Amino acid sequence: MSNVNKHMYSYFFIIPAAIIYTVFFLAPTVMSFFFSLTRWTLIDWEFIGLENFKQFFSEPSLMIGFKNTLFYAFSTMSLKVIIGLLLAVFLCSKIRNKNLLRSVVFFPALLSTIAVGVVFNAMMNPTIGIINKGLALIGITGPDWLGDANIALFSVVLVDVWKGVGIATVIFIAGIMAIPAEYYEAHKIDGGNSFQEFLHITLPLSRPALNTVIILALIGGMRTFDLVWAMTGGGPGFSTDLLASIIYKQYAGGFYGLATAGNVLLFLFVGLIAFPIFKLLNRKEVDL
Amino acid sequence: MSIEIKQERTAMLQSYDREIQSSVKKKKDLKLLSIESFSILVALVLFGIPFYFVIINSFKDVTEAANMSLAWPSSFHILENYKQVVTANNGMVLRAFFNSTLITLLSIITMILVCSMAAFVLQRRQGRGSKFLNSMVLVGLMIPPAIVPTIWVLQSIGLFKTLPGIVLLESALHFSFACMLYKAFMATIPREIDEAALMDGCSSFKLYFKIILPLLKPVTSTIIVLSSINIYNDFENMLYFFPGAENATVQLTLYNFKGMFGTSWNLLFADVLLISIPPLILFIFFNKKIVAGMTAGAVKG
Repeated sequence: MSNVNKHMYSYFFIIPAAIIYTVFFLAPTVMSFFFSLTRWTLIDWEFIGLENFKQFFSEPSLMIGFKNTLFYAFSTMSLKVIIGLLLAVFLCSKIRNKNLLRSVVFFPALLSTIAVGVVFNAMMNPTIGIINKGLALIGITGPDWLGDANIALFSVVLVDVWKGVGIATVIFIAGIMAIPAEYYEAHKIDGGNSFQEFLHITLPLSRPALNTVIILALIGGMRTFDLVWAMTGGGPGFSTDLLASIIYKQYAGGFYGLATAGNVLLFLFVGLIAFPIFKLLNRKEVDL
Repeated sequence: MSIEIKQERTAMLQSYDREIQSSVKKKKDLKLLSIESFSILVALVLFGIPFYFVIINSFKDVTEAANMSLAWPSSFHILENYKQVVTANNGMVLRAFFNSTLITLLSIITMILVCSMAAFVLQRRQGRGSKFLNSMVLVGLMIPPAIVPTIWVLQSIGLFKTLPGIVLLESALHFSFACMLYKAFMATIPREIDEAALMDGCSSFKLYFKIILPLLKPVTSTIIVLSSINIYNDFENMLYFFPGAENATVQLTLYNFKGMFGTSWNLLFADVLLISIPPLILFIFFNKKIVAGMTAGAVKG
């Protein structure tokens, strides 16, 4: 059989993909570890050891990227999990129009991030934006969503959740639909209420969906660039700068070595946070 | 014995159901109706208003659009606004549409061919080498591209700021995702088909092109729809790897218009609307495919 294997499934089929993937993704990734240790002009490089990393950790305008990225990734993830799960349970219940509502919730996920950023930028205008005008109708004075350094990052988080919660919702819906109906029937015979049903059946048995949402949202959050760049450009000050936007700023300033060091830190950051969580979640998986 | 119990149970369930239904039906109907209308209202406020806001403001003139209100326009400037957007900067928007479409199309053709071939062998051969290759594929799902080294590689082989360069790059960056979907689907195609083809004297190339690739059609269409939306909406990679005025792409054009049009919100929103049309069309026709692709793996974990 192994002979047949070699004959039929020749590694030759992998070669085109391997070349493209290696040249355009894997090789630059490996190279980045070297170039992060240099002062680099793209034509010439000078080896300077850990100097770039030292600069990253000593300058507050660069350090803030870690804190912001961490906050951004975890807050978007938690909001997407909570809201997505509640929406999914609601959209799997016996209401009418649920297909319409599912589509409505899901559609923003397909829109361009830049377009969403531009539109919310206008709506979040502190004086004439429709969000604050709407809040004024019910007697609330809305904040300066994107101009106040204390809440600007959270405003971007809210827009990210608005755009991305649809993906979390459809994943949860797929997970809930896969739960065999017998479990619910048995629960009904035992006379449990719907909250217990959610707690003891829906929640544990949609675990694979939950894991997928957590991992996708965390990795997506840590890599975010477009939305922040379209909405705030990292400002006011550096209050909404994420690692990805800091990398862009260093790149645009011509500090290629420093930008690459930021890139390496982003890899490590994603690896150090996403990988253990991935392992932990998979260990606790419940078998159907 | 067990059949009897089952029947008894179903009968019990049915009578139980009927009892509940008749007694609480009226109350439940009213409750359900109020929940339904409330949810529609919330959805309308959260998702409907932003769309209405963009559409209505793209119809106004500059001064009225500057108010950024939801008010009905006093006069409509639909043709005028859209004409201005399309002709701005010598038809930059049209060029951007052309470029983005071309990049999306070519990247997808490359991806489909290359990724399905790789997934075919990766799924069928389960050895130690295959395991290593699989983990390499997984890396691409997690880690973002290394920006400056990628630019350096593109420059060294003379593909920076060129169409082939961005096409190959987009294919490389979407490789992992497509490969995973293909592998999952390939697992449902029985190996007996391969063996039968072999018995009939099929070469492995013939097997792949004549038998496997056609069988992959459902997942291929999912990948086409999802990747075309992703590549069309891509801003970051176009910004880094395909810059320059000649190389206008839709998302970059919109971003530049943000600075260029300044406070001409009517023009900016008209551009937002134009850009959102292709994803909207895909969504209307391929809603199920898109959801299927995004939820792949959610059930199995």
